[in-house]
Amino acid sequence: MIIDKDLVAASATPLVLAILSEGESYGYAIIKRVGELSGGELEWTDGMLYPLLHRLERNDLVKAVWAESETGRRRKYYRLTRAGVEQLARQRRQWQVVDQAMRGVWRLAADSASQPA
Amino acid sequence: MVNEGLLEERIGEWRQYFRRRQAVHSADIEELEDHLRSQIDALREAGLHEDEAFLVAVKRLGELDSLSREFANEYSERLWKQLVVSPEIGASWLTAQRDTAAAVGLAIAAGVAIKIPELFGLHISGPRADASFYVRNLSLFALPFLAGFFALKRGLHRRGWYWLAVPFVVAGLVANLMPFKPNSHTETLIAIHLPIALWLMVCFAYAGGQWRRHDQRMNYVRFSGEWFIYYTLIALGGGTLMGFTLFIFRAIGLDAEPALEEWVLPCGATGAVIIGAWLVESKQSVIENMAPVLTWLFTPLFTGLLLIFVVTVLWTGSAIDVEREVLIGFDLLLVLVLGLLLYAISARDSQAPPGRFDVLQLLLVICALIVDAFALCAIAARISEFGFSPNKTAALGMNLLLLVNLGWSAFLYARFLARRISFTRLERWQTAYIPAFAMWTWIVVLLFPVIFNYR
Repeated sequence: MIIDKDLVAASATPLVLAILSEGESYGYAIIKRVGELSGGELEWTDGMLYPLLHRLERNDLVKAVWAESETGRRRKYYRLTRAGVEQLARQRRQWQVVDQAMRGVWRLAADSASQPA
Repeated sequence: MVNEGLLEERIGEWRQYFRRRQAVHSADIEELEDHLRSQIDALREAGLHEDEAFLVAVKRLGELDSLSREFANEYSERLWKQLVVSPEIGASWLTAQRDTAAAVGLAIAAGVAIKIPELFGLHISGPRADASFYVRNLSLFALPFLAGFFALKRGLHRRGWYWLAVPFVVAGLVANLMPFKPNSHTETLIAIHLPIALWLMVCFAYAGGQWRRHDQRMNYVRFSGEWFIYYTLIALGGGTLMGFTLFIFRAIGLDAEPALEEWVLPCGATGAVIIGAWLVESKQSVIENMAPVLTWLFTPLFTGLLLIFVVTVLWTGSAIDVEREVLIGFDLLLVLVLGLLLYAISARDSQAPPGRFDVLQLLLVICALIVDAFALCAIAARISEFGFSPNKTAALGMNLLLLVNLGWSAFLYARFLARRISFTRLERWQTAYIPAFAMWTWIVVLLFPVIFNYR
């Protein structure tokens, strides 16, 4: 299934923030986690994650540190800041409202589809 | 594995290719490279040959062009250093030609405009010169054309054009309908403040109507700094040209001075405003190396000077002698320090951690604040003795405005050095403060002549 580009873009920030709320992580691992969570349905162009992460860093929602990885390469790790936690909570409330509305609308659509015209 | 060397070579090529994109910094490339290598490792564990693994990993990372465009969108200050992002959204040859035509046309129009009042008997030089008229209206001959240049270049919508015209029309009415007495204080104030007020209005055209956006404002601040450098360079060249003209015509017994004063200087100086702006727009990458160099050179020098001054004042205990020009002098000092600060902010990578130069910058701001405090104490005594004059009030207002800006900047800078906040906050503060300057200069232009009865 190909998911609409705007939908992917809108969900990217809350997804990344939520994944980071599980603990410190880095780009490749975040992409992998997104794949796991969506059962492989949500495909990102991997590189696009980085401008997003950098924007979050600029807005003080995440903090980044360079450290050595287990393979010995230098790697940039991201961690949620307090502002990031607050932002995640806000986004979560917003998405819950959207989610609820969508559920209602699907139920309506299903009902009217089952009734003969 | 046999082809380990080949894989390294491939990754090296990929890195080289990426490095040519100016919107992507080397630290970003390193991060992406780590991603690429992780992906390759995973794919090879799944059984792919390293060639295939490399190709798949690069493909999944995304096309280099679209990726670097995404980075450029995220970092507009890097975009600034790179004229053309990509042929798709950057300036093509055709639009470059159109810009050139617009710039030259508007520069000529500005040069002609300044000669039009002559037709109505308002002479710009000579014994019957009407200096008063030109002092009040000077900015109105150049800046509307500059605003027009940007409005054209950014494709400002029709409503935007109307809004843009408002301040210029108001300025024209104020400068010419109010009954100023020649050489009065309020006239001098208009001459100083009107260009600043209108310059800040050009920001609206520069941002293509999106003047509320912080990144657009920051770009305008950058533009102003670079424009100043270009204009100075053009002025130096023009001065040399005029010097030689005088010299060679004197050799054949002709005096070229009237022609220079009547035509070359006024037309050249107004036209150069637009040409300078056009050069900044089209040659950003040439000049962008200059602002940081100037900052690096002069920040230590000015910090040293101010430190020595503060120590001397404290040591000798001599109070600042309050002449009429003193407050304006200290205003200029603060403007200069603010200018250095803005150059430094605009040239700085906002993600870089605090460094030694940041400490120096903070020291400079603090020294300027201390020196200004001395001056303010002295001036307060004088005002309580002689009351408010238009000059003193305007200078004092500007001084307080700058003081608030620099004081809060110093506070934010200290917090940044303590790693409590990110550098972006400092940028935001500067861009958010610009409307305060605009409001104050318009207050001086519109209200001061009336309040002080055209003194």
